[in-house]
Amino acid sequence: MDLSLSTRNVSGPGGDRTVVEVGGEIDVYTAPKLREQLVELVNDGSYHLVVDMEGVDFLDSTGLGVLVGGLKRVRAHEGSLRLVCNQERILKIFRITGLTKVFPIHTTVDEAVAATD
Amino acid sequence: MPGDTPGPPEAYARTFEGDGMATVELRFSAQPEHVRTARLVAAAVARRAGVDEAVLDEVRLAVGEACSRAVGLHRSHGITAPVSVALTEEEKAFSIEVGDSVPGPGADPAESGAGDASGGSGAGSARPDSEADGEGEDEMGLAVISGLVDDVEVRSGAGGGVIRMSWPTAAAVVSP
Repeated sequence: MDLSLSTRNVSGPGGDRTVVEVGGEIDVYTAPKLREQLVELVNDGSYHLVVDMEGVDFLDSTGLGVLVGGLKRVRAHEGSLRLVCNQERILKIFRITGLTKVFPIHTTVDEAVAATD
Repeated sequence: MPGDTPGPPEAYARTFEGDGMATVELRFSAQPEHVRTARLVAAAVARRAGVDEAVLDEVRLAVGEACSRAVGLHRSHGITAPVSVALTEEEKAFSIEVGDSVPGPGADPAESGAGDASGGSGAGSARPDSEADGEGEDEMGLAVISGLVDDVEVRSGAGGGVIRMSWPTAAAVVSP
């Protein structure tokens, strides 16, 4: 399965948020597409991103690298990158790499959009 | 081999390095799009070998990490040889060996094709990566593998590096 990406803007209490809905497999082959999407959003001035990973079937370290790169980019503009994920198989990868301490991980898009800390 | 048929292509006419013959061996050109194929094949063979369903996700992820790493190493060193994956059903375990052709530390750098002596290469060290987001991905890949797999061994030599991983099979878990 290939990677699918779609974005939408949502207004939250802290201002506008861009929700990036990701589906399919994020691996060494597809991760560059996600990277391009995140870079494009930041270049267009979207600095508060919510990456919805509920449709992701597979994530590897290449995908983690892209998410960390996205975080680095939004932080350069005092932005944020929040993840939405409830899948144990995906969460496990964030845990074993220690990235649960780096990314705020939410259970719903609404919760991520509402977060203001 | 019957004498009246042409021999197999050279790329396939190699002997397996392990003690026995691999159940399935896969060789693919070092392109990112083939890593998914390796994951699917590894998971299918692991399932047949009796690896627990709950562990198949880990097998899939670990073999993907090892293959992504090998692909990255081949590409950064300009190596055109394929990446090899040997899937072996053993008596009480299922093992996967992912091999690259990047000479390890200690090998003559002039023969590595890259001529870059900085830091060595092969399965024992990081690959060079000019892309900012890619920095540390290799190490993260190894971190994921060692976090996932209890039995993992990374070795490298003049001929290249190998990551060997194994998982117990149902036969091993259900003891009398």
